[in-house]
Amino acid sequence: MTGAADTVLHTMGGDRAMRYLVSVIDDKDNPGSADRVPAIGEFNKRLMAEGHWVFAGGLAATDAATVVDNRGEQAVFSDGPFLESKEYLAGVWVWEAPDLDVALALAAEASRICDRKLEVRPFL
Amino acid sequence: MTDAHAAVARAHRDEWARVVAGLTRRFGDLDVAEEAAAEAFATAVQRWPSDGVPPNPGAWLTTTANRKAIDRIRRESKRDDKHKEARTVFDDDPPAPVGAIDDDRLRLIFTCCHPALAMQTRVALTLRMLGGLTVPEIARAFLVQETAMERRITRAKAKIKAAGIPYRVPSAADLPGRLSGVLAVLFLVFNEGYLATGPGTDPVRQDLTAEAIRLTRLIRALLPDDGEVAGLLALMLLTEARRTARVSADGELVPLAEQDRGSWDATLIAEGHRLVRERLAAAAAGTAPGRYQILAAINAVHTSARDIRDTDWSQVVALYDQLVRLDPSPIVALNRAIAVAELDGPDVALASINTLAEKLADYHAYHATRADLLRRLGRSQQSREAYDKAIALAGNTAETAYLTRRRNQLH
Repeated sequence: MTGAADTVLHTMGGDRAMRYLVSVIDDKDNPGSADRVPAIGEFNKRLMAEGHWVFAGGLAATDAATVVDNRGEQAVFSDGPFLESKEYLAGVWVWEAPDLDVALALAAEASRICDRKLEVRPFL
Repeated sequence: MTDAHAAVARAHRDEWARVVAGLTRRFGDLDVAEEAAAEAFATAVQRWPSDGVPPNPGAWLTTTANRKAIDRIRRESKRDDKHKEARTVFDDDPPAPVGAIDDDRLRLIFTCCHPALAMQTRVALTLRMLGGLTVPEIARAFLVQETAMERRITRAKAKIKAAGIPYRVPSAADLPGRLSGVLAVLFLVFNEGYLATGPGTDPVRQDLTAEAIRLTRLIRALLPDDGEVAGLLALMLLTEARRTARVSADGELVPLAEQDRGSWDATLIAEGHRLVRERLAAAAAGTAPGRYQILAAINAVHTSARDIRDTDWSQVVALYDQLVRLDPSPIVALNRAIAVAELDGPDVALASINTLAEKLADYHAYHATRADLLRRLGRSQQSREAYDKAIALAGNTAETAYLTRRRNQLH
């Protein structure tokens, strides 16, 4: 009991495994290298083997986005991204990890592997 | 102050961090821990004067705080089922294991100083959770509005919970890096006390220097074998020892060369020297010293000289050379130049800092050092300009007063 209780409480979030959205941020002025797909594939295999992998996906260019707003009387569709910015979301991962330290250690590796900046954000 | 009130104050100093840390482990929630600890101390203030001081104040406070925490969780669990787990776990919870590395306070320090939190937030959280300072006290110390400080601490606690920042001592592989982050927080608190910034603040904030020393002592007790912890403690003690000599009765900064060395605190110096000797022995045995140990050694050289003229400047420069290899930052180079001026003359020192002009353009100490070197070389006009820049940038009232007098003394 002691051991179990300790493990549980050492994560402030409680006893659940945490889920994190890991956003891959690219920069139009200074893009990361384009040859990272094989390395990312290898990394994904490792995430699966270690039980962290939930989902991964690269995103098409922001030109391919459509914004939908149906809060008014009729749905309005508009061409292009929600926000026009130098930095944009290039892909996402969803990881499971016992705590932020584990997620940050993985993210530090992932950032190097995919040659881009990452944002690690917990799900509620 | 009555005996009971003194006992509460002493217990607050000695037991606050332990109570908060133990509650955090039991309940997995910093908010619950902080509030329950505060309530337990408030109860002690009410009860101890009439009931008498309990034989073991720490145990009394822990028991009382635990009850307060359970009361709160029961209250909230009626509204929110999530807290039921915490209550269940509590019922089986054994007493905290004894032993240095298992100390809950160490977990608490690493949580409060987590790199995912902003530096200012780490400082505030450490002073609140470990130091037991109140939010208004912390707000005053950093010249921030109370409501803003309250928000900062509340947001930090929410992030710790939502992001899953662990309550754990980092793994051996991560420990050196994470510990250096903790020491940076303590050094920042100390420096803010030692060179307090802002108009209307005391030039030296002894509350902050004392708190930084107390927390560093705590970490030293928890990690007695770490050289940088010993180094930082020695550095703080040897700096604190000169505190009263450092500001004149008129509130002006007194430079090292002009300080009354008889008024330095001999006890703090002896303790600092003891720590430095311990680290020198470790270095001789092959452990490379880190930056705090080197800075402490530099301060040990200064505090060993009975008179500024007895200072072993070649030793000081040699230590700075060692520090430059570890930390090639412009600020280290600037401090090295100050020692070089004593060893090789102000012209050599001035030449060595010219390359720093761009990087340190906004740093008052760069201009103050240049002003002093130019003054010693008889270049009054340039010295005056440098003093003007230093005065405009200096935030410490005692330092501004000293620089202004020096400038006005130029021919």
